[in-house]
Amino acid sequence: MGRYLGIRALQSVVTLVLSSIVVFLGVRALPGDPARALAGEEATPETLAAIRADLGLDDPLPQQYLAFLGQLVRGDLGTSVRTGQPVTELLAATLPVTLWLSLGALLVAIVVGIGAGVAAAVYRGRWPEWLANGFTLVALSVPSFWLGILAILYLAVGLGWFPASGFVPLREDPLRWAYHLVLPSVVLGTALAAVVMRQTRASMITALSTDYVRTARAKGMPRGKVLTRFALRNSLIVVVTIVGLQLGGLISGAVVTERIFGLPGFGKLTLDSVFTRDYPVIQAVVVVVTAAYVVINLAVDVLYSVINPRIRVGGSQA
Amino acid sequence: MTSTPVDPPVGGPPPPPETPKDGASGLGSRRGRVVRELVRNPLGLVGGGLLLLVVLVALLAPLITGYSPTQVDFDLPFQKPLTVGYPLGTDDLGRDVWSRIAYGARASLVVGLIAVGLAVAVGTPLGLAAGWWGWLDALVSRLTDLMLAFPFLVLAVGLAAINGASLTGAAVALGISQVPTMVRVVRAETIRVKELEFVTAARSLDASAPRILVQHVLPNTASTIIVQATVIMPVAVIGEAILSFLGLGIQPPTPSLGIMLSDAQQYIFRAPSAAIFPGVAIAVICLGFNLFGDALRDALDPTSRR
Repeated sequence: MGRYLGIRALQSVVTLVLSSIVVFLGVRALPGDPARALAGEEATPETLAAIRADLGLDDPLPQQYLAFLGQLVRGDLGTSVRTGQPVTELLAATLPVTLWLSLGALLVAIVVGIGAGVAAAVYRGRWPEWLANGFTLVALSVPSFWLGILAILYLAVGLGWFPASGFVPLREDPLRWAYHLVLPSVVLGTALAAVVMRQTRASMITALSTDYVRTARAKGMPRGKVLTRFALRNSLIVVVTIVGLQLGGLISGAVVTERIFGLPGFGKLTLDSVFTRDYPVIQAVVVVVTAAYVVINLAVDVLYSVINPRIRVGGSQA
Repeated sequence: MTSTPVDPPVGGPPPPPETPKDGASGLGSRRGRVVRELVRNPLGLVGGGLLLLVVLVALLAPLITGYSPTQVDFDLPFQKPLTVGYPLGTDDLGRDVWSRIAYGARASLVVGLIAVGLAVAVGTPLGLAAGWWGWLDALVSRLTDLMLAFPFLVLAVGLAAINGASLTGAAVALGISQVPTMVRVVRAETIRVKELEFVTAARSLDASAPRILVQHVLPNTASTIIVQATVIMPVAVIGEAILSFLGLGIQPPTPSLGIMLSDAQQYIFRAPSAAIFPGVAIAVICLGFNLFGDALRDALDPTSRR
């Protein structure tokens, strides 16, 4: 166990370092002179030279990379060109919004996905399965942002059940906070729910036909108990992996969902920084998202090995 | 996860028996069976029909639309659907919504094809090599891990920041982001096929590795690659819509379903229908690929039928 975790953690560090190199080189590959971007078009050559020296832009690339890495480790992500605020402050203000949104979507996906998946597997060939399969097909074919627009049009504006846009911090008003997050979470979670449902259904069907389930039933164990205690528990291993793999996709999806519902989150920060060519923020955004991906994958692997003790190092799955 | 296309079928109605040979022999009967299976699957037929419709609309766009998708008419903004000359109405600038959808679908398919092409062109050789040579496997697997660490949106953001947003940029970002899954799928198939007798036979005849890979392994992974391509298409179509919606993909005035939705959101209360049609178009394209892809997978691999 310890050995496995150690190796996985080391792999994650390698991935992180490699991706930091990609980000570093990527930012250096951007057109235009960062010094000029900082100083503005009217800057004198002396100012530019001073900024270049200050930023270490004249140093050799490996040295620049080490400096960049040093800053990252110290939590210094630079200053936004657009607002003049430290990038860490911008992240601190926007990340919670996206985090809540993603957690809400995850909750929707797990509750709806596992519920529908179990129902579809238990009632095979009957209406719950058809309903669940139809839902999956539609949810995977309809882009979530269109779903969001429709939800605003009919549920928020038409029926007035939910607010059409905006965000209220949790500390300010927990009720209105939740109220504002319901619709975006459902919209963002729908596609993931479909994926979870598909997987739960498939692995439940497999689990239900295994010998141990038949034995448990034959010994007179109540049906519900067999379902939850044996079948579902073993199905969840696969589901956890799939959810983990899709979590990264939630981050991408959150960007779009935030845009539709006017949420002041990480996605808005990302888009604003791209459109204004705010390079320090772009760089930070990419670093944060990549790090989040790597950490999530590591967490999923750890969780995986906890649920399923048979999986240990060496079993590099395809 | 991956299908096993040439394994002897297990369960289900007994299709003509066949033995896995080196790609070429027995392919005729196999193709016949696949087509028969496809035709017998009602959902697959619906999917195929939707795809045919979408492709026809995209190909024949200039012939079946009355106005250019970019032709502005300030006298006729927000025309309702079924107005004479404008079957789906007009948008805020008086542009023909039907025409914009037809050309937008064209752009969606072009982006999808570029993305699929890129994923296949890069993913297949990498997957074959990783599955064949063990020492390469670790390297390629780490590389795909690294690529998976970059969500497609970050890639798209990066490319848009470097080159400016464009159709090509969006397609390339989507294609690259699909390379890792393609590599994994092809790698898994290669590892499976590598152990089959005909490959051992080819090896004992001293065939070179590239020759075995291209002549024997590749044909046997083809169906998996095709099925994966039908999985990538809808992802790319939705991806294009998302990127264009965010302003990171196709740039106005070029019509794109994503841009139409983004525009429609601005005047959603005045003309709700403008927000409906482009979404329906995206859903039809993706439903077509999803249904057809599912049917194709079932037809190619009798063991995966549900």
